[in-house]
Amino acid sequence: MENRIREARPHVTRNEALIFERSSPGKAGAELAPLDVPAVSPAELLGPDLARAEVEGFPEVSELEVIRHFTRLSTWNYGVDTGLYPLGSCTMKYNARINEVVARLEGLGTEHPYIPQGLAQGCLRILHETARCLQEITGMGAVSLQPAAGAQGELTGILMMRAFLAERGDPRKYILIPDSAHGTNPASVAISGYEVRHLKSNEQGCINIFNLAQAMDADVAGLMLTNPNTLGIFETEIGRIANIVHARGGLVYMDGANMNALVGVTRPGDFGVDVMHLNLHKTFSTPHGGGGPGSGPVAVKEILEPYLPSPVVGKSPDGKFQLNYDRPRSIGRVRAFLGNFGMAVRALAYMLANGPEGLRQTTEDAVLNANYVRSRLRGFYELPYDRPCMHECVFSDRHQAAKGVHTIDIAKRLIDYGFHPYTTAFPLIVPGALMIEPTESASKEELDAFIDALQAIAEEVEQDPQFVLKAPYTTRVTRLDEVGAARKPVLRWKPAPAPSKP
Amino acid sequence: MRYLPNSSADRQAMLRATGHAHIDELFSQIQSDLRFNGKLNLPGPFSEAEILEFFQQAAAESSREYVSLLGAGAYSHYRPVVIDALLSRGEFFTAYTPYQAEISQGTLQAMFEFQTMMTQLTGQEVSNASLYDGSTAATEAALMALRLTRRRRVALARTLHPEYRQVLKTYVRHQDVELVEVPYAASGQVDLAQLEYTLDAQTAAVVIQSPNFFGTLERIPEIASIAHRQGALLIVTVTEPLSLAIVKPPREADIVCGEAQSFGVPVAFGGPYVGFLTTRERFVRQMPGRLVGQTVDTEGRRGFVLTLATREQHIRREKATSNICTNQSLCALAATIYLCLLGKTGLRQLAEQNLAKAHYAAAQLGAIPGVVTPFTGPRFNEFVVNVPGDAECLLEDLRREKIIGGLHLGELYPELANHLLLGFTELVSRAAIDRLVKVCRQFSAKVFVSQDFSPPRR
Repeated sequence: MENRIREARPHVTRNEALIFERSSPGKAGAELAPLDVPAVSPAELLGPDLARAEVEGFPEVSELEVIRHFTRLSTWNYGVDTGLYPLGSCTMKYNARINEVVARLEGLGTEHPYIPQGLAQGCLRILHETARCLQEITGMGAVSLQPAAGAQGELTGILMMRAFLAERGDPRKYILIPDSAHGTNPASVAISGYEVRHLKSNEQGCINIFNLAQAMDADVAGLMLTNPNTLGIFETEIGRIANIVHARGGLVYMDGANMNALVGVTRPGDFGVDVMHLNLHKTFSTPHGGGGPGSGPVAVKEILEPYLPSPVVGKSPDGKFQLNYDRPRSIGRVRAFLGNFGMAVRALAYMLANGPEGLRQTTEDAVLNANYVRSRLRGFYELPYDRPCMHECVFSDRHQAAKGVHTIDIAKRLIDYGFHPYTTAFPLIVPGALMIEPTESASKEELDAFIDALQAIAEEVEQDPQFVLKAPYTTRVTRLDEVGAARKPVLRWKPAPAPSKP
Repeated sequence: MRYLPNSSADRQAMLRATGHAHIDELFSQIQSDLRFNGKLNLPGPFSEAEILEFFQQAAAESSREYVSLLGAGAYSHYRPVVIDALLSRGEFFTAYTPYQAEISQGTLQAMFEFQTMMTQLTGQEVSNASLYDGSTAATEAALMALRLTRRRRVALARTLHPEYRQVLKTYVRHQDVELVEVPYAASGQVDLAQLEYTLDAQTAAVVIQSPNFFGTLERIPEIASIAHRQGALLIVTVTEPLSLAIVKPPREADIVCGEAQSFGVPVAFGGPYVGFLTTRERFVRQMPGRLVGQTVDTEGRRGFVLTLATREQHIRREKATSNICTNQSLCALAATIYLCLLGKTGLRQLAEQNLAKAHYAAAQLGAIPGVVTPFTGPRFNEFVVNVPGDAECLLEDLRREKIIGGLHLGELYPELANHLLLGFTELVSRAAIDRLVKVCRQFSAKVFVSQDFSPPRR
């Protein structure tokens, strides 16, 4: 059996096969309530052309086996609840338990999206209030909670820009994107029918005003920037940048992935942004869930309000909330139903817990934590842009690469020290980046331990680079063969072939 | 603030270490005239008890005392308590995307199991690790077909969920793609003659739904032959995947996609849900979204990694197969746990119960004078009824009996005014169905008395 434990490893709770390999006929993990109407035969009702005999290979296990299976799997994961999770640009902050409780309340979690609006007042109020709070935080004119995640928010925002410009006679052809941008930015632009023009950053890692002024011609619909950018640097010239874009008839889109650096301190609506998205799963503490669900609301200035995805949650003079579908200039729908309502519930609970002062303190702590790490690791790792940062700091592996050790190796070694790695290989403009975002959820004590670990690893690289290259040593599996996985993809379990008869 | 772990003393010490005297200095990159110096107009701070009370009040203004017969792409099924017990483990719900495979084997293995079960259910060869929801999964499937065929035309069944069609329309608006609609026949299924007539050598794909928006099962082998004769791909969307436990999987389809919310994910006023997409092995490199693959570690042990990332936006940027970054990992995990709990037999029994409930309800309703179930095709747990008189009045009568009587189709399908789409899961009791029937019977009688004519004879 290929999974048998051959040696004890500290991280191993128990070995665990695939659920299909645990299965045996006749077991079940759930029993149904008795049927209270006459039973029917699918074969008779559906006919032989439609009726299915069985789902081949489906698991058959008991309830306790399901509990143990997934509990064991969970112990092979690392979460924010486990410890520091300093993934740059991902904002891995604490996901409060009360958020999970309220999202599951009967009357919220149990509501069908098509219930009559008179019976949906509680849900609609939550959507309306969440949108209002996000509008206040961003300083924008209107918010839609429909986009399912950040990338969909980007697409939604760019489509609104296009609709606005098209109504003025010319949608234009290009969107400007700095070379430090997230990969979703150009991918979203491609779907909206625009072409990408890349903008090279200046020596400070910011937008080069001269390049921008040259590139921003009458064919350009606008600029899509991230602020603070992926180096954790606030675009100091943002006022001038917005003026240049606006003066030539363009619009400014802001990727709000890094909004955790700004809440309560400055508002995109006040520094010239026309449209932006937020990531509720970053700034507003909804859990990442191992890769989703996210939620990517878009916030726009009043001029773009008519183009918001349909429907929009409104409030009538008598205080009733309603869904408004009569939106002739809307870009249409980007998702069925009303978006990830459950994420809006959690984000609102987060904002209510913090209040305005708490949100500002959160921002200050996030920025202080990043600067603390930056100050204390300077000298151990190269700082390609050595200036105060906002919520994240970006080092490079230049010193260590000389010894053959790269950012990914340092990241793997950090795992042995009990931390989740930082973001590797991003942003693209820093070769060998170590992108660290501690968030406000990291205590000084935990950061000190993290800094000690990274300092110790820098020392290990000097003494014994080969040792670092083979890390991690303490996990259930060692480094995995990714090249092999991609060359001959195995994307599903298949039952072992029956032994051939002699 | 209870979520913040640093004390004032910690903050002071850290600030000193950065060489700054005041926190404002760290924000000096932001020009002073761009700073926000006021106080945000937001509620709070609230204690945990106050937050709970706030949301409990909202939850009271809901339909929780009603029996709901709503389906139409979101289905209320019983959720075993084990699901939330396991999802609530912090290692699952507070983890990031499993890019660091060595400390993400839990999520990765669970997604591999999800992928396997989706291929088993849909009769396809490969599955991704989930997409946002059914509507975007159908859209991504259509975009994938456009890439695979290098054609620019997509035929959409009118029986595909109207909101799914709207989402697709938004996505392709600026991509030089023609969308054409294929009508339905009297059976409530895709009109095969019309389909044949609509398709041409420029058509990239036919997108249908089965069970379709009216709850009717489509004739997939016939539709596949028609599509394939023109070199078009067949995309089958499934919004009620529980049906696949007793209905033959759409093996003839080239892409199967849809919504797996039925599997242990709450209806939650529309989301988060879990889209899925399965297809043939040879199309894998044009698939959107994350994929988990099996591999080995340096010591030969089985392990799992995210794979074929060269399709994705973080590598390919504007040339990626999709702009999607996130999947719906936690919802896909809920679905995986749910399917493991029910297992092969439980899922089948549950599907049979749903079939039986809908069959019972259709028989009872169909016996009421003036109430007609217009579509004759086979169905699973949903169907359409045409009521005599104003359906809105009937819905009001039902609400008085604490029943939400399904979806009035008149707005989405003008030709189906006074038609209701009704869904019957295992959570709808016989008593509730009998109450529904009683109200419908009274309504029908009232209408015929007021109109002073006899119901049409059938």
